[in-house]
Amino acid sequence: MKIRVVAVQFKPRKGDVEHNLDRVAEILRQIVEDGVPADVVVFPETITSGYFLEGGVREAARTREQILEALVKRYLPFARPEPLDVVLGFYEVWHGKYYNSALYLTLSAQSESCRTVHTHRKFFLPTYGVFQEKRFVARGRNIEVFPTRFGPATVLICEDVWHSITGAIAALKGAEVFYVIAASPGRGFHGESVGNAMKWQQLLCNMAEEHGVWVVNASLVGFEGGKGFVGNSMVVNPFGQVVVSAPLMREAMITATIDTEEIAIARANAPLLADLEAGLADLLIEMQEIAAEQHARHRQ
Amino acid sequence: MEVIQAPERTHDAEELLRINAPLVTEWLVEFLRDEMIRRRGFYRAVVGLSGGVDSSVTAFLCARALGAENVWGIRMPYRTSSTESLEHAQLVIDQLGIHSRTIDITPAVDGYLQYEPDADGRRRGNVMARMRMIVLFDLSAKLNALPVGTGNKTERLFGYFTWHADDSPPINPLGDLFKTQVWQLARYLGVPEVIVSKPASADLIVGQTDEDDLGISYHLADQILYFLLRGYRVEQIEEMGYPREKILLVKARLESTHWKRHLPTTAMLSTTSINDYYLRPVDY
Repeated sequence: MKIRVVAVQFKPRKGDVEHNLDRVAEILRQIVEDGVPADVVVFPETITSGYFLEGGVREAARTREQILEALVKRYLPFARPEPLDVVLGFYEVWHGKYYNSALYLTLSAQSESCRTVHTHRKFFLPTYGVFQEKRFVARGRNIEVFPTRFGPATVLICEDVWHSITGAIAALKGAEVFYVIAASPGRGFHGESVGNAMKWQQLLCNMAEEHGVWVVNASLVGFEGGKGFVGNSMVVNPFGQVVVSAPLMREAMITATIDTEEIAIARANAPLLADLEAGLADLLIEMQEIAAEQHARHRQ
Repeated sequence: MEVIQAPERTHDAEELLRINAPLVTEWLVEFLRDEMIRRRGFYRAVVGLSGGVDSSVTAFLCARALGAENVWGIRMPYRTSSTESLEHAQLVIDQLGIHSRTIDITPAVDGYLQYEPDADGRRRGNVMARMRMIVLFDLSAKLNALPVGTGNKTERLFGYFTWHADDSPPINPLGDLFKTQVWQLARYLGVPEVIVSKPASADLIVGQTDEDDLGISYHLADQILYFLLRGYRVEQIEEMGYPREKILLVKARLESTHWKRHLPTTAMLSTTSINDYYLRPVDY
């Protein structure tokens, strides 16, 4: 199976959801009208509002139904005959709580065929240093794998992939393509590139190589109150190599055709996922022991 | 069997403070464009040019971000200011080809101080610094420009600035760079060496230098600040070889000036208190 993916990085207008959805639609229009090869278009974390909102999350949050409806309305006037899948991040209100979420949608030329395929709610919420997520949004509780038109996939958001265990869970559940959306403010200007941009590349390459999966990453750009998001979105193959990457800081879109048949080749060369599956029962017992011990320690 | 020992852990702060100057330049140019043009709709900048390295670097960055034709370097001497400061500012103006104005603040400052003839050097310096801000903001209104701040991280951490004066411009590209990092950036940008290598001075009092005022060199202060900001204790920094009295000096200055890095302290009475409960980022 070949999937033509596009990762888009742009600077959203702060807190202006309608404007940012207009821009998402503009970019989809460009993709359709210019014939940019695309089966799945991936936008960054919180692209509908910008990332650092603090209490503004309450104003910018939308339901997933509202996002789908708003995008369908904008997309239909220029819709192409074949469906187009879209991944994007937004602040969500769901069951009386706010979340930092991602949607995987399928848009179609017929509004009744447009649908939400999957919603991921960010599992690991950074609340340290410049980050304050736990103060303003609730934590998601699942790392899920869902079927797409192109096979099983997962969506992870930013700090989700700083923990290798989330990638391991998604791979064990059968995900072949990881859509990773991010908003990463630049820190560290000593090395060849911005420190966290280098760290991101390392994380994504390690994750792809360890599990033999494709990784498609879209990262925010632009400055928010002096904090500049790095961009540098990339597509990484199951061998852990960057296939294409976008520039630092600047708005851009990158395209690649990913071939899921390469997954088997990569995993045959480095059967780490199979080894993980084989050792899973023992690992689970180890993890349960750790959890029980930590639980007990807190009672002392 | 051969025994290979790990080297003693060294804390090479010089190395830790080294920046990738071309990358920082690119980042700060993008910051200026983003914050000035895209966010605020300003295409022009005014920079108070003191003849020192911070304002020179700021002018160089603004010229790169906006084009020299959109930058105004404003010289604001007081009668006791050194002529060298004016000359050094002129070097920057000439090298960049930016617009310039020279506004002598002496009559305005003395106009007020005639009522307070006993004001000591510190008060007089504060009046000068605040007068310069009045000039910068007024000229920015005239030129439809944005004043760009020039304060560096070291002086911000030391509280070594006049509150609601040097810190008042709405954007500041150098505020997260230590003084020694500003020097690195200056050399990369091509700021005249005479400006980079001269002793830093606020030029508010004749013959005064920052390092005399502070009681420590910027090189040493930046290294100590580097570790203090990361949460190292005084004893740990002392173990690295830094003099205890200098560490304590830096720590005392840092800890006594938190208030200068915040907006005015407001008495909280409700659960919608601004900046406590009602939290919105500056650009929301």
